[in-house]
Amino acid sequence: MTTTNRLLPVRRLAIIAVLISLLGGVMYYQVVSSDPSNPRANFWRVIRAGIPAYTSTPAQGHTILIQNGGENWREIRNGIITRISPWIIILALIGMAVFYLIVGQEKLEKPRSGVKIIRFTRDERIIHWYTAGLFIIMAITGLSLLLGRFLLIPLLGHTLVSGYLGASKILHNYCGPLLLIGIVSEIVLWLPFNIPRKIDFDWLKNMGGMIGSGPRPHIGKINAGEKGWSWLIFLFGGTVGITGILLDFPIWDQTRYIMQVSHVIHATVAVLFVTVSLGHIYMGTLGMEGVFEAMWTGSVDAVWAQQNHDLWYEEKMRETGETPATASPQNEQRA
Amino acid sequence: MARMKFLCDAERCIECNGCVTACNNEHDVPWGINRRHVVTIKDGQSGEKSISVACMHCPDAPCAAVCPVDCFYTTPDGIVLHDKDLCIGCGYCVYACPFGAPQFPEESPFAVRGKMDKCTFCAGGPGLDNSVEEYKKYGRNRIAEGKLPLCAEMCATKALLAGDGNIVSEIYIQRITKRGSRPETWGWETAYNFKSGKGKNP
Ligand code: SF4
Ligand code: SF4
Repeated sequence: MTTTNRLLPVRRLAIIAVLISLLGGVMYYQVVSSDPSNPRANFWRVIRAGIPAYTSTPAQGHTILIQNGGENWREIRNGIITRISPWIIILALIGMAVFYLIVGQEKLEKPRSGVKIIRFTRDERIIHWYTAGLFIIMAITGLSLLLGRFLLIPLLGHTLVSGYLGASKILHNYCGPLLLIGIVSEIVLWLPFNIPRKIDFDWLKNMGGMIGSGPRPHIGKINAGEKGWSWLIFLFGGTVGITGILLDFPIWDQTRYIMQVSHVIHATVAVLFVTVSLGHIYMGTLGMEGVFEAMWTGSVDAVWAQQNHDLWYEEKMRETGETPATASPQNEQRA
Repeated sequence: MARMKFLCDAERCIECNGCVTACNNEHDVPWGINRRHVVTIKDGQSGEKSISVACMHCPDAPCAAVCPVDCFYTTPDGIVLHDKDLCIGCGYCVYACPFGAPQFPEESPFAVRGKMDKCTFCAGGPGLDNSVEEYKKYGRNRIAEGKLPLCAEMCATKALLAGDGNIVSEIYIQRITKRGSRPETWGWETAYNFKSGKGKNP
């Protein structure tokens, strides 16, 4: 009697243990053997991937229930492009200021001769300034649309900024195709001058004598720096132009995905384009004595030509039948 | 404060487009814009489902995040509204929105679009509630009148629910706990020879 009584709890425990392990086994079997994929969940997962479907009001992208590209685009635009682009431009400006302070202006080594050599024809200058003017308008309006919300609204308030950005959008959208015309004209006009040659690599070694030591390398009409800038215009201009046209003419049933991708490429390349253009503006004005007049008046001083583009200068002299040494200051040289 | 939400029960939606019509009529929506639309997935196939969709009034709204003039605002009820006087028609909200809610009266060369238009949860826009000007720009402000969105009110099968998120989800929870994991339609499986559990008909 006492033994049985003492054994009773033990027996109960044993029975409970067996039951629990059985139950566990059954549950385990159920979990393992059941179909892990839930058909309903799978159905909505497919929707989440943005497959097209039917709707009786199909305009404006309504055949897609959920498009996922938008959130990615938002992250790239707001998280990366708007955050980084001001710093790229600010760093470029700081870099240029430092360069100016350390290297300074590239001076003419000899006094001006007064002899003028024609460097750019009137047509070339018209195309250059047409493109440059539009480029500046596009850069300012484009950067305003990208950064205005973060930089201008805190200063000026919503109403003013909305008016300004509304005007910027209109200017940007109408000037864009005009700028593209300018860029394409420049490509047509200047491509033959910009084919890289072997002497360009010598020029690049000390940036035409601007930095480091060593003699000034020989160079023709267009130096490697100018050629590089031209190729960047062709490349960046073409990219910004194509994506810009896609964004500017939403009339060919572009999907939102195409618009998102175009916008990301357009904004990124445009910021780089503006940054590099600052270098071009610096070199064309402050960076070098006697260079601005080349594009403004069309001709340069013979001394400038001899110093910076010696081979081109000699070629010009040969063309006009005069030896470089005897170039007389009174004679205007014709291109 | 209530947190306003839409919910469309895909088991009930029969793609009648009643919500679309109700909305277009109530707000005098410009031609070509449908603030609400009905999407049918697997149209004409087994497992077809329809769902009515409009602006979902996102808490962290992508449209508002990318708008260059910052013209969106969220009401204390969680309704995402925008100011048409500020909108410049850049189209960014459309690129960002997951549901295709923002729309434009036109899509012309040089990206001329007009002012963005979207579902307001029948809550109008900035400016005086129920003024003529508000009606012209944003449609009727039923919320200010103490009413809920008309689309849901008009829904014949009560697939579309609109209102305080807690109440909406309560209704939906009641439905799905009774529904089991099959369509509720009596006799369907017998009549159409659908083998339960084989997963052809989600
Ligand atoms: S417009 Fe689109 S992104 Fe904006 S709140 Fe509505 S559903 Fe969300
Ligand atoms: S279209 Fe209007 S509302 Fe939409 S992002 Fe542009 S400015 Fe903002």
